[in-house]
Amino acid sequence: MDLKQSKLSNKEIIAAYKVIKETRKLDERLWQLNRIGKSTFNISGQGAEVGQVAMAMAFNSQEDYFLPYYRDMAAVMSFGTTAKDILMGSLGKKDDPASHGRQMPNHYGDKANNVISFSSTVTTQYPLATGIALALQVDKKPGAVLTVTGEGSTAQGDFHEALNFAGVKKLPVVFVIENNGYAISTPNDQEFGTDDLSSRAIGYGIQGRKVDGRDFAETYLAFKEAAEFAKAGGGSTLIVMDVDRLTAHSSDDDQRVYRDKAEIEEMKENDCILMMEEQLLDENILTIEELQEITTSIDQEIEQATLDAEAMPDPEASEIMTHIYETGGH
Amino acid sequence: MAEKTYLEAINLAIKEEMRRDDGVMVFGEDVGGEKGGVFGVTKELAAEFGDERVFNSPLGESEIAGLATGLGIMGHHAIAEFQFADYILPAVNQILSETAKMRYRTAGDYTAPIVMRAPYGGGVRGGFYHSQSTEKIFAGQPGLRIVTPSSVYDAKGLLKAAIRSEDPVLFYEHKKLYRAIKDDIPDEDYTVALDKAKIVKEGTDITVFSYGMMLQFVLKASEKLENQGISVEVVDLVSLYPLDQETIVQAARKTGKVLLVTEDTKEGSIMNNVSSVIAENALFDLDAPIKILAGPESPSMPYAKNLEDAFLVNQDDVLDAMVELAEF
Ligand SMILES: Cc1ncc(C[n+]2csc(CCOP(=O)(O)OP(=O)(O)O)c2C)c(N)n1
Ligand SMILES: [Mg+2]
Repeated sequence: MDLKQSKLSNKEIIAAYKVIKETRKLDERLWQLNRIGKSTFNISGQGAEVGQVAMAMAFNSQEDYFLPYYRDMAAVMSFGTTAKDILMGSLGKKDDPASHGRQMPNHYGDKANNVISFSSTVTTQYPLATGIALALQVDKKPGAVLTVTGEGSTAQGDFHEALNFAGVKKLPVVFVIENNGYAISTPNDQEFGTDDLSSRAIGYGIQGRKVDGRDFAETYLAFKEAAEFAKAGGGSTLIVMDVDRLTAHSSDDDQRVYRDKAEIEEMKENDCILMMEEQLLDENILTIEELQEITTSIDQEIEQATLDAEAMPDPEASEIMTHIYETGGH
Repeated sequence: MAEKTYLEAINLAIKEEMRRDDGVMVFGEDVGGEKGGVFGVTKELAAEFGDERVFNSPLGESEIAGLATGLGIMGHHAIAEFQFADYILPAVNQILSETAKMRYRTAGDYTAPIVMRAPYGGGVRGGFYHSQSTEKIFAGQPGLRIVTPSSVYDAKGLLKAAIRSEDPVLFYEHKKLYRAIKDDIPDEDYTVALDKAKIVKEGTDITVFSYGMMLQFVLKASEKLENQGISVEVVDLVSLYPLDQETIVQAARKTGKVLLVTEDTKEGSIMNNVSSVIAENALFDLDAPIKILAGPESPSMPYAKNLEDAFLVNQDDVLDAMVELAEF
């Protein structure tokens, strides 16, 4: 679809593109920090940024809540988390808004922007999302809940238990499966016996949809509809968003071991960001000079954010015994 | 004799047992294909034994445990891998409700002769969910065996014994030992008893009990103390549940001074169980209160370097605790 078919203004589309590009550049920086030993881990959403931002734009961080998973950096940035915040997380800094240096990199969370803390154990966020949504429902609050997991992670019982309850209560949740074709090294046909995971929704009495996360407008429109449906009391939607995983699973993995060279190369040629940049030019939303200016200024921002984050204090060892109980404990 | 790492010893044990017994199957997340597990423990197995006997399971641990137990009922000595001991948690219901109770609830008509492998332990900057010692969750459930090898020799022999056993065995592997320790081990077939603690070093002044990475610290410290005239008896628990009470009590009585070292948090830990066995059976033979060196009572091992350091018992902590006890 053309970008303009999203019905968003040029200004909004450019703002979305900036988050997408900034996320890519930030992730490249995080890989560098990992390589030089300043962070011990990185897991990235390269190849999913366009879909993630289109998804997140259908929500707002004032009234909606977001329970992301580890690849959702672009979506989290759309909710308002900054590059410096994310860098502080990867560097384990005291002011990291996700966990104050307690959790591994890419375990997002940001109370100021309604992004709820995430654990490494996959799909535990799905049942949590139903709790957030039920609270919105009983407290008669206007928002909806967005939560995401990977396609392999739909094999967890938590996935099914959450969808079941969401169906029972018609909860205002948009459940997302970011389908990148692999769970670490395991391809989809070894994870589930259907070609269409959105068909899982029917059995739970909720809506199911599929979108191509490389297509900005298509993705945005699908999420906009699902968010409006949730807020209007219609209930939950399960959206399968197809994306690519351009990198290895994480900094501890090498995908060349289990993926064909040709497959990886083809994916890189069809990088969702390159495709969006072509659209921005073709639809006369940006000129080539403007695109370059954006990139240059993002490079500078990331440079500055890195310096700022590195200068922040580490947590103190004594913090190991803080925030365990309201009062008392050991 | 051939020099192997702890990881290679485990890989070899599985290979040899799969060659010996066609019924042995291996599965878990990413264990098959070219990848052979996120740590590479099951490398080359799919190539040698085929995708029917070695395969990637979907990403669901409760299914992994139930699948293994069902195969076990049918006579397959299945080996299930949990990618991290932290991710055994979704399978706790299957393991405690089904696996552990199968033999007893059918008075032996059905059994679950399976092995569930799980890499545990911290110090790898893995944060809350790649560092935990979850063995304590299962300790106290009769019907299950929980073992952990703390040497290369045991890694191979203990796993072979676990695979051949007719009981369900939770096989905890310390992820930091995978590549950290190497040793010459026999080429011939051997097994290590699943239910016996091991005196790994004889001594007369203090007795230190440990397992996993902490045991390496204990062994290093005891060498150092030997030069200072302090003689240390070192016991590797091997079996974390049921405990080898006889060996434990004897070793405690021998010196009358007991130190228990674990990287887990203290309350509810395996070492608390060891302490209670010693207190119940050897209290009047002790010359000092039982000392437990453990992690802080904090929810999980954090990521930031100084927080991780603050959580983990280290080499100096172990040495200091041993000196203090010897001087008591
Ligand atoms: C309960 C649980 N089991 C295992 C893991 C280890 N693990 C982390 S990510 C991952 C694969 C996830 O694949 P998928 O759901 O497709 O998401 P993707 O990483 O591809 O985005 C696994 C097995 C985990 N984090 N949690
Ligand atoms: Mg995936």
